[in-house]
Amino acid sequence: MESVTPILEFKKTCVSYTKQTMAVKYVSAAIERNTITAIMGPSGCGKSTLLRAVNLMHNLYPNIRVDGEILLNGENILSMEPIDVRRRVGMVFQRPAPFPTMSIYDNVLSGYALNGVRLPKTEKDETVERCLKSVALWDEVKDVLNKKGTFLSGGQQQRLCIARALAMKPDVLLMDEPTSALDPIATAHIEELIQELHKEVTILIVTHNMGQAMRISSKSMFMYLGELVEYGDTATMFSNPSDERTKAYLMGKIG
Amino acid sequence: MAKDKAMLWMVCLFAALTAVPLFAILGEVLLRGYDQLTWSFFTEPTPTAFKAMKAIEAGEPIPGGIANGIIGTMIMLGMAAVFAVPTGIMCGAFLAENPKSRFAQVVSYLTDLLQGTPSVIIGIVTYIWIVVPMKGYSAIAGSVALFVMMLPLIIRSTEETLKILPASLKEAGLALGGNRARVMLKVQLPAAFGGIFTGVLLAISRVIGETAPLMFTALGCSFIRFAIDKPISAVPLLIWEFFNDPNLQELIWGASLFLLLFVLTLNLTAKYLAKKWNQ
Amino acid sequence: MNDKIYKILLFTAALIMPIVCGGVVYALVTDAYEAFEHFGFFKFLTSSEWSYTDGAEQYGALPFITGTLMTTLLALVFCIPFSLPVALFVGEYFKGTRIAAILSTVTDLLAGIPSIIYGLWGFYTLRPLIMALNISPQGSGILTASLVLAIMIVPYAASLSAEFIKMVPNDLKEGAYSLGATRAEVIRKVVFPVAGSGVFSSYVLAIGRALGETMTVTMLIGNTNNIPDSITSTGNSMASIIANQFGEASDLRFSSLIAIGLVLFFITAFINMIGKMMIKRARIS
Repeated sequence: MESVTPILEFKKTCVSYTKQTMAVKYVSAAIERNTITAIMGPSGCGKSTLLRAVNLMHNLYPNIRVDGEILLNGENILSMEPIDVRRRVGMVFQRPAPFPTMSIYDNVLSGYALNGVRLPKTEKDETVERCLKSVALWDEVKDVLNKKGTFLSGGQQQRLCIARALAMKPDVLLMDEPTSALDPIATAHIEELIQELHKEVTILIVTHNMGQAMRISSKSMFMYLGELVEYGDTATMFSNPSDERTKAYLMGKIG
Repeated sequence: MAKDKAMLWMVCLFAALTAVPLFAILGEVLLRGYDQLTWSFFTEPTPTAFKAMKAIEAGEPIPGGIANGIIGTMIMLGMAAVFAVPTGIMCGAFLAENPKSRFAQVVSYLTDLLQGTPSVIIGIVTYIWIVVPMKGYSAIAGSVALFVMMLPLIIRSTEETLKILPASLKEAGLALGGNRARVMLKVQLPAAFGGIFTGVLLAISRVIGETAPLMFTALGCSFIRFAIDKPISAVPLLIWEFFNDPNLQELIWGASLFLLLFVLTLNLTAKYLAKKWNQ
Repeated sequence: MNDKIYKILLFTAALIMPIVCGGVVYALVTDAYEAFEHFGFFKFLTSSEWSYTDGAEQYGALPFITGTLMTTLLALVFCIPFSLPVALFVGEYFKGTRIAAILSTVTDLLAGIPSIIYGLWGFYTLRPLIMALNISPQGSGILTASLVLAIMIVPYAASLSAEFIKMVPNDLKEGAYSLGATRAEVIRKVVFPVAGSGVFSSYVLAIGRALGETMTVTMLIGNTNNIPDSITSTGNSMASIIANQFGEASDLRFSSLIAIGLVLFFITAFINMIGKMMIKRARIS
């Protein structure tokens, strides 16, 4: 019997800012392909830190250390070149950050430009159309592709950022509270979009919004003080949490 | 309450008085210089003292202009900027990218040191560096002095502009798999362009009127010259020459008006662009 | 790999600063050495003789150190009554208004005027005025130079002070108003104590600028090599003696001028360093 390799696996992953303080403590979990996994927990629990480690964002800050293993398709990313990892793992940030000097068109293709890849014109057009369609932005911007992305609304900007990440055809898409800076209507749009997207990409989403986690995710992690307290089916976790701390959080007693 | 009012009035009065010198200087230079700004003033080189004297005796306006100075200023400023802009931007990027490194702190401190160094000292040091070994004054020496003065200004404006960019911009670029050089070139620098450009404009306007460092490096020259290994003139150097030569004194105001308008326009443009870019 | 090249490239560019600054100090020290060796370091600083008759050459920096200190301090005295109101106008009374923006632009433009043009204005407008008022017979001198110098440093002191005055938190001021304080009292008892160290440091930096100002002083100070005995008498500053005599100097006089440059360099570096340190501290608190 051959077991299926999980697309992403944390093995005793630790992240520390200084020698004394560990932001993430010995997290172990396997993420299956094409699932949406929500990471919840009170602020400061290490959920964003864990997520950013998957994209090796900690490499930017020399004092952050990551120990243990993070496996992408069975390969430990901590010993890979950051650039190779980041090409396969997309990331969407809290605040929409389209590149202010690039047009909408160039923003979608910015991943290629930043990797020094030149695409033929037809392929460029196809990619832009495909990605903008998959984030449901195509109809709204197809006539203004040459305008700067910064003139879009917050929700549209965030969708543009998702399209930009999708253009690189990543295996995994990380989302760090992607709707926390958006209004309720834009948030609903993005949530709908995320549910559509999991057919093509595995999604890991950090959220502090329990309702959001319940609505969109199939799996949930609950983190507290750097530890992974509970990981399982979202429905089970919300209806019947096995840990007291999870229960307390879900009832609004911590966080 | 009366005391309160009195204080407000005093503040307004003295603040208003501060504006007086600007208009006094502008007014004087404008009134005494505007009729000299003819076409030939910009196309002809400085007259010799003898020619000027003859014109004065004949009761005619002094012939000639400041073309030699304008060309010299442009050559030296151009050479200085060609080296100072890229070096300054790279150095500023280094400071912005490594805010905590020990070496960056030293560089940052030295940038402050150089920015505060009196320009006359830059002049004598460049004399020792360049004029002595080359055995003569030259446009090259003048540009080196201007380069040294522009450098800290460009470094600071680049560093500050890069530092106020949202961190998410750089992170988003790297998250897409770009290497640092490409993220800097395609994301960070384009986003910082406005601030850096403003900084370059201000640096140019700061050094274009510098006289002391050019006296010991470029020296001056009474005809139009393009050679960079020979003494060369500059607009502020000409003003200094006119100030010291009784026969040429009439030309002071035209040259000053030109320099003043140029510098103030650069300043206002930079300020306008900075504001526009901030919105 | 590419990241490494990029890092090395930026590092190399950053090396320019230590090279240039090291080069400045090295050039000044090597060429000043002769004068210090000939006269002795302290003797050079404290001697007031400056004569270049062949065979009996005698150079001392005291008159010029005195001239620099006098012009700078006097400029500071003249600068405060104008820069402080401007800072209060921009940073407190009319904070954020159009009129404050206009005044800021005016002071920015004042800061942009080249020093040789300040010198011309001082020479052709202020000097005759001083003569007409019978303050001094020749018109030029320490006083004239300081007055123009004061105008030149007002923008620096004012814009930096205004920055600190602006940063005084509103709730502090509102707290004082709610206790019945008048605006003047709020400024004296809340704004100044909070912004004080920042305002003070902006004057330190303004001094740093005034110390090395060359052309204006050269054109207005009268260029005599004696120790000025009053504020209306003529003299020379460290920067102006260099500007005046560097072109014609050689050997021992050349070295003496470089030595004066070295002293000026260290004084300005010291003052600027103190100013920057104070600003950093004021910004943190």
